Formats: sequence, C-alpha cells, structure tokens
Amino acid sequence: MNATELNKNVAPPPSDEDVITINKANKWYGNFHVLKDVDLTVRRGERIVICGPSGSGKSTLIRCLNRLEAYQTGEITVDGILLGDDIKNIEAVRREVCMVFQHFNLFPHMTVLENLTLAPIWVRKTSKKEAVELAMHYLERVRIGEQAHKYPGQLSGGQQQRVAIARSLCMQPKIMLFDEPTSALDPEMVKEVLDVMVELAKEGMTMLCVTHEMGFAKEVADRVVFMDAGEIVEMGEPREFFANPKSERTKLFLSQILSH
Amino acid sequence: MATSTQLPPGPSGTSSQRAIGWVRKNLFNSWFNSVLTILAIAFVVWIVPPIFEWAFVKATLTPSIEACRAVSGACWGFVNANLRLIIFGVYPYDEQWRPLLAMVILLGIIIASLASVKYPRLQKLVLPMWGLGIPAIAILMWGGILGLTYVQNSSWGGLPLTLILSTIGVVFAFPLGLLLALGRQSHMPAIKTISVVYIEVIRGVPLITVLFMASVMFPLFLPEGVSIDKLLRAQIGIILFTAAYLAEVFRGGLQAVPRGQFEAGDSLGLSYWQSMRLIILPQALRLVIPPTVNSFISMFKDTTLVVIIGLFDLLGGVKLALRSDPAWTKYYVEGYLFAAAIFFLICYSMARYSAYLEKELRKGERR
Repeated sequence: MNATELNKNVAPPPSDEDVITINKANKWYGNFHVLKDVDLTVRRGERIVICGPSGSGKSTLIRCLNRLEAYQTGEITVDGILLGDDIKNIEAVRREVCMVFQHFNLFPHMTVLENLTLAPIWVRKTSKKEAVELAMHYLERVRIGEQAHKYPGQLSGGQQQRVAIARSLCMQPKIMLFDEPTSALDPEMVKEVLDVMVELAKEGMTMLCVTHEMGFAKEVADRVVFMDAGEIVEMGEPREFFANPKSERTKLFLSQILSH
Repeated sequence: MATSTQLPPGPSGTSSQRAIGWVRKNLFNSWFNSVLTILAIAFVVWIVPPIFEWAFVKATLTPSIEACRAVSGACWGFVNANLRLIIFGVYPYDEQWRPLLAMVILLGIIIASLASVKYPRLQKLVLPMWGLGIPAIAILMWGGILGLTYVQNSSWGGLPLTLILSTIGVVFAFPLGLLLALGRQSHMPAIKTISVVYIEVIRGVPLITVLFMASVMFPLFLPEGVSIDKLLRAQIGIILFTAAYLAEVFRGGLQAVPRGQFEAGDSLGLSYWQSMRLIILPQALRLVIPPTVNSFISMFKDTTLVVIIGLFDLLGGVKLALRSDPAWTKYYVEGYLFAAAIFFLICYSMARYSAYLEKELRKGERR
C-alpha cells in the first residue's frame, strides 16, 4: 500500500507554516472581559476544535478571526495580514476566511444556487457561468445538487447547513471557521453535516471549529482547545486531551459532556 | 352564491340547504348574535335605499342649473358641467388634451412598472420608459417647443397635478428615505446625527408648515433675483416630508432582518453596499411593503394641501368649479363626492397592489 492511498482515509499532517497567530488578544464587552490574553498559533492545514462551556468566549474568539468582532488589545494575524481597523485588511482576510454559522444564515430570498454564486460573482468577479459551474460542483460534493433551484426555506436544517458549507467553499477559502455548526440541528441531521466536515478535514482544509461533537474532535482534530471564562485553559492532541486532561476545569467539563 | 362556492361540495343537501346552514351557524348561533344580525339588517335597510335614491333614482346628470333645481336628488350635472375645470384646473381650455395625454402616459408607465413584477420581460423596459416618459410629460405640460404654446406651471392643476406631484414625490422620497434610514443606523456619528435630526424635525412638523416654509419663508433666504418656482418648492416640500416618514418605515424593515444576514454577507467578503443591495434591502423592503404603501397613500392624499399655497390640484379644481358660478355653490356635496371617488379609486388600487405584491414576492420562498 502506498502513501497516497493511505491519505484518502487519514488526514494529511499540517505544514510547518503558521497561518493564524493570535498574540495576547483581549476583548471586553463593556466591563465584561470576554477574551483574556489569548495566545494561539494555527498552522496551515491544521484542524482545531475549540470547546468549552457557554460564555467561555470560544465563539467570540473565532469571530475575531474574520473581524465579525473587534478585539481591543493584542494582535491577530491571518494569512500574513494584520487584522485591525484597516478596512482593506479586513476585506482581504474575509476573502480568504469563510465562516459557517450555527443558524446557517442562508439568504432566504434567493435560491440555493443564487446563495452560492453571489459572493464569487460580486467579490471574486467570476463570470456567471463559471460561478454556476463552481456552485454545482460544490453542491454535488455536499450531496444536494438536486436542490439547487429550491429556496432555503424548503430544505431541512441539515440540508441548509450543507448548503451553507458549500456556499463558503465556493469562495475557495484558505481557512474555514465553524461556529457550532450542528448545535441548531435536529439530532438525526447532525451526522450528514459532520460527514461533510470530516471529508473537508481529510482534504487538508485549515479548520477552526467550535463544537461539542467530541467524536468529530477525536476523529479529525490535530489539537483540541479548551476555553473557560475567556482564557485558553488547556490544549493538546485529542488522544492526550481526552485521556489525560490536566486542569480541573477541563476534567469537570469533560465529565459533564461525556457523562451521558 | 358566494357562500356555496366557498364550501367544499359535501354529501349533505343542495347548495341552498348549505347556505341556510351557513347563515344559521354564522349569523344566528346565539341570541346575542341574532339580535346583532337583525339590527345590522335594519340599519342597512334604513340607510342604503335613501342614499341609492338620492344618488341614482332622483338624480340628474344634465349639466344645467335648471335641471338640478328640478330634482330632489343629487345634482351630478354640476360635475358634468364642470368636469374639465375639476380635472384640469385652470390649464388653458383649448390645450387640455395635453395634460390628458400626459396623464395617460404617466399612468401607462406606472402600470407597466408595477406589472413588471409579474412579467419579467417588462423589467428591461422600465427605466427607458421613465427616461422617455418624464421628458414627454414635461414637454406636454410646459410646451414652448414643437409648436406647443408655453403654459407656465402655475396654471397646471387638477388630477394631472395631483398625479405628477405624488409620482415625483414617490420617485424621489423613496431613495432619500432609504439613505436616511441607513444613515440613522450608521456607525459614523456625523451621518447618524444628521439623519436623526432631519427625521425628527420633519416628523415633528405638519406638512402644511413645511409647504408654507417652502413657499413663503424659503424665498427670503435666497439672494436677490434668484427665485425657485412655486410648484418645484411644493414638490420638494412633499419629497422632504415623505422621505422622513419612509425613513422610519425602512428602519423598521432593516431592524427586522436578522443580524446573521449581515454577518453572512460580511463573512463572504461583500462590501457594505453590496450586502445592503443584494442581501439586506431585498429582505427589509419586502417586510415593509404594507407600511410603505401606507405612506404613499397618505402622501397622495396630502398633495391636496398644495391648495394653501395657491396651486389647484384635483380638490382645488372642485373648489374652483364651485366658485365659478354662485348658483353651483350649494352642490358642493356632489363635487366633493366626485373628488373623493377618484381619490378612493386610486388609493384602493394602491392597497390592492400592495397586497398582491406581498403575495407574489413570497411565492416559492416558504413552504
């Protein structure tokens, strides 16, 4: 058996190149300190799962990476671009980083196909024909090619989330952020979305994923990051992280989410 | 019967039996309901026949005072005799085919534009139609070229004036209101403050005041020798006033679009204006169709207030006709009813179109 065949089932190892560096990032909502001196470096091709109790700042952290949220002190660099107040930089980062949301956030007044071709046409200036081809390609990949001409409201939650993933892929991003992508889904639809995400992970996409799906973390994550009260408490390789959590807070959290 | 067509064909009895059943179930299902039904019927019997009799049976359409004095019912002869004065105001009598044609063109363009929702082939024609139609209307109304005699716009009046004022009002107040609504939500303090102050000041003042300011006070601020036409000032007053109300309607729509839609646009790399145009506004405006049309209807009726600065719109035309001959003066009810009927027809059409538009735009989107 040669190495390329193996790679179809096992995620390729990340490269040595840093693609995201977060250096002592702090953020406050009024007096509430949401992110406290967060440090994190992500390598190209790395898959990171971020977990933690609600209100721990994990969503806020990944929303800072495409500037849906601003941070106040520290420094975040994404794909070599310093993410600050400069709108040019923000737009440059957003072209390379896509986000999948908990509530899908599809555009309800457009068909699935229009949802997918919108950004390539207007942001990447792709021709309409190419954009449609690209969209159909990714719709097939998330296995809903036949729904292209429906409206999002006519699809199930799982289908909508797969459309949302395909919409992001159409921008051919270097990094994908997932903000609790399965939390709003009915249980029977979680798997179809996770399957798509696992495939993506195995193709070497750089992913940061806020989720409580620990099975997903075990299967594809290179690192699991545990956050609590705005801090990164602990991070490590999944096997080590789940088998031997070091801090008490991590142990407590894991016992709570794995107990049932 | 309407009732029998609405009911699904059931096994029980003929349509008349079902109609009786419906009446029992809906009109006489309790003693209180029965009393209300009987009172309502009595009221209708008491009020409708006399009105019908006044308006149709004992009325006359003959355009003479003598004919009107001879009947006890409505004197539609007043309207008949003064129709052109009411409809066209003081526009030169021999030239009144021009405002008539202008009105037909204007209504044609409006109807074609509204119908383009249903017939996409019309959509490409909408802008060219307006581009050609507006100059054509201007040429017809003013004249001065193409062998048409010049008619100054202080002589415009009646229904064409009402339609022009309100159409131009909608066309300009809509984008201005949109910008104000976006401005009010802006993160830039200067733009936000300007928008808020504008909206609140204009909303806090009656339209009459705005029109008065536009016609009496505004010229005082202009340098000597410069004057802006009275009609234009009234038009600007109407636009500024309506825009403030529309801005608040649009703000409601913008606030009703979930935050996630803005975030999805941002995260795909769309610029602010792209997001607004492609994602947010299509949803926001759809949500506020009913209050937007409400504002248009109210603006349409408010154009009658230009009477106070000496312009004669449709309602002003009725006043002119009543004043034209003292003998007609006592037939003001007929005159105002006629004007009211025209206003109602147009406003009701707007309301029906709004309902249709809402239904049409929702097709397919929801299950």
